[in-house]
Amino acid sequence: MGTQPNPAGDDFSKRLEGVATLSAHGITKDFGALRANDSVDFSIMPGEIHALLGENGAGKSTLVKMLYGVLQPTAGEIRWKGKPAVILNPAAARRLGIGMVFQHFSLFDALTVAENIALAIEGAGAMSQLRDRITKVSAEYGLPLNPDSVVADLSVGQRQRVEIVRCLLQEPQLIIMDEPTSVLTPQEADDLFVTLKRLASEGCSVLYISHRLEEVRAICHHATILRHGKVVAECDPKQETAARLASLMVGEEVRQLNPPEPVPDSAPVRIAVHGVSQPRPHPFAVALDNITLEVRGGEIVSIAGVAGNGQDEFFDVLSGEVLAASGTIEIDGNDCRRQGVNARRRLNAAFVPEERLGHGAVPRFKLSQNVVLTRNGTREGLVRTGVVNFLGARSIVGRVTEAFDVRKGTPDPEAAALSGGNLQKFVVGREYDRKPGVFVVSQPTWGVDAGAATTIRQALVDLARAGSAVLVISQDLDEILEISDRIAVISHGKLSTPRDASGITREEIGLLMTGVSDDGQGAAHAH
Amino acid sequence: MTMFEGILLTIVTAATPLLFVAIGELVSERAGVLNLGVEGMMAVGAVCGFAIAHLSGSPILGIFAAILGGMIMASLFAVVTLIFVANQVASGLALTLFGLGLSALIGDAFVGIPGIGLPKIDIPGLSDIPVIGSLVFGLDPLTYLAVAITIAVSWFLFRTRGGLILRSVGDNHVSAHALGYGVVRVRFMAVLFGGACAGLGGAYLSLVYTPQWTQNMTAGRGWIALALVVFASWLPYRVMIGAVLFGGISILQLHAQGFNVPIPSQFLTMLPYLTTVIVLVLISRNRTLLRINTPACLGQPFVPDR
Repeated sequence: MGTQPNPAGDDFSKRLEGVATLSAHGITKDFGALRANDSVDFSIMPGEIHALLGENGAGKSTLVKMLYGVLQPTAGEIRWKGKPAVILNPAAARRLGIGMVFQHFSLFDALTVAENIALAIEGAGAMSQLRDRITKVSAEYGLPLNPDSVVADLSVGQRQRVEIVRCLLQEPQLIIMDEPTSVLTPQEADDLFVTLKRLASEGCSVLYISHRLEEVRAICHHATILRHGKVVAECDPKQETAARLASLMVGEEVRQLNPPEPVPDSAPVRIAVHGVSQPRPHPFAVALDNITLEVRGGEIVSIAGVAGNGQDEFFDVLSGEVLAASGTIEIDGNDCRRQGVNARRRLNAAFVPEERLGHGAVPRFKLSQNVVLTRNGTREGLVRTGVVNFLGARSIVGRVTEAFDVRKGTPDPEAAALSGGNLQKFVVGREYDRKPGVFVVSQPTWGVDAGAATTIRQALVDLARAGSAVLVISQDLDEILEISDRIAVISHGKLSTPRDASGITREEIGLLMTGVSDDGQGAAHAH
Repeated sequence: MTMFEGILLTIVTAATPLLFVAIGELVSERAGVLNLGVEGMMAVGAVCGFAIAHLSGSPILGIFAAILGGMIMASLFAVVTLIFVANQVASGLALTLFGLGLSALIGDAFVGIPGIGLPKIDIPGLSDIPVIGSLVFGLDPLTYLAVAITIAVSWFLFRTRGGLILRSVGDNHVSAHALGYGVVRVRFMAVLFGGACAGLGGAYLSLVYTPQWTQNMTAGRGWIALALVVFASWLPYRVMIGAVLFGGISILQLHAQGFNVPIPSQFLTMLPYLTTVIVLVLISRNRTLLRINTPACLGQPFVPDR
């Protein structure tokens, strides 16, 4: 591409005034032979919301971990307000005035909100005082919190508030946010943007990591784009189109998906779920409440929702890992409520769970062995009178590798040796390769880059066009809107009635996510 | 002294070593380390305590030797599992086997020698009050120490910043590390504390309970203490209740034998262990309670990324 930094003139001159809150100069980080960051230069000005863009594996997380003192750079220099700074550990970063909100929350489930916050603040003082400060700051910034709640009982959005309030109490001059909206409903995200803008107006800098280009364009003043560990461009995101930002991140034009076609009403229902309820298996889980859903051959139905609203529990009931307490589940007209995973696979259904290592694949098994594990009972000739046909299994590995561009060091490595995105491609590909009549997949493109995500989504669309029923459980609203024929939303273990994807807006999905229309429980989120 | 009083006293003496060992293991497990080597640490504590008390003539020195012995064993475990990140279950089992063997080796020269008992506290006036006098004011100093440690641990875990950090390390070591806490350092100290307590429990056996040394004198008490921690769902005051309960059962079976209860003595001897199994099964049924109190990182190795 040969993209050069091309800042919009106006913004550029404004940025040159004053001293950067934080600047990085030639930061390099090696993990063995892998160079995760390659002489990265960038700077964040006071009061600026600065986006750090890049695909998965571009080196964003590594970079911010070094800024927050979790990792040490191999080479290069970090300057804080113009002075060289060595950030030995997160405590040192916090002393400088750097706070961080993690992508996967760094909270302690068994502790209360106040205890969680006390852990991050040195010399927090008496608990009662801290509680008052939490109440005050959270009210001031519109982030209501009860300091005595146990974190395990909080929703994902509330947990993020805990992290943000924890940052704010340290009066930081720079807040690093790692994909903060990936777990929020659109409305919760809007609330977050209000808070961020307010912080910026008070002179606090925000380093905002995301791959959601629309929101970056909406709220960020400046963007640095990383690809393969290098800075490939800097720009003012407001002056760019989302498509151009995407091509800067990926390094090529992103391929468009073939548009879906309407499904005739005469198409047979291939998976039918009626009145399935399930008490929650443990206190951190969600109970399923009278779920009804039918998916016809030829269509893709997606289930949207904020994480932790019953998606995992519903998936387990569908796959047969957990047998539903009540209701019926039929695959191609066969009642299989009391049947386990293999019996359902024999009905030509396939399942891809959210958790890849340990659930979708055995980490210490080779890919070919992992292939055998999901097909040993499906009468596909991989096991004959108890003897495994590994030659056949390896040829399947080869097929999947080619179709889904799985990158691996040796022809048949252990599953744990693959990177997250490549393993995801393999697990989806392994099940897709069976050409299942019913395909249930949770978070199909979790952690894979934009190019591979398109391949996976195209595979789902192709499968549906060939007459299969495809059920997608995802938190990625863009993905859902792109591939679905119909969309349902899960909230507090209840499933909304599926609606045609063509007639639904993001705002409507967002409202369903908070559960407002169902039982008013989401009222705490809306304000 | 009535017989009832006598039974209560023996229950307290049976409960004390369990309380020592279990409270130490509780701290270690709250930090996320499952140390199955308590039986071995206890045995080494018992023999060190007895040997040094015998050689020096001072039971106090013996107690310090027992603490040191337990801590050395614990540091062995900590180095292997925390620094070299070996499997905690296998290392713990090995520590138990090693400790039992080592204690037999050291103790070989001391078999059959009468030991030095620790004098009981006697407060004139108070100790003469019927029933509660001897039960509350006439015990050996180590029993008071065990109760004091339990209260101190409870206060430390739930009222101090250090305790908060320790619990956070056991709940989510990745987050604790990300916040800048030394996961390995906190765990190392917790394991050492567990070793010191196990050593004290051993010393109680060889200096107070039966002031002598015999091979395998810990007789599975370490395992019962391990079960006690789960039974107590990692709460110190429940450990105290559990210790008295288990101590009581092991004493009652002795008395039942004394009264010629028509049950074969082998069955009665089984009772404490049988109770352990039954209680563990019952506790596991209540998954709500377990899930909220169990340190989420219990037994999981931690390797910081650098």
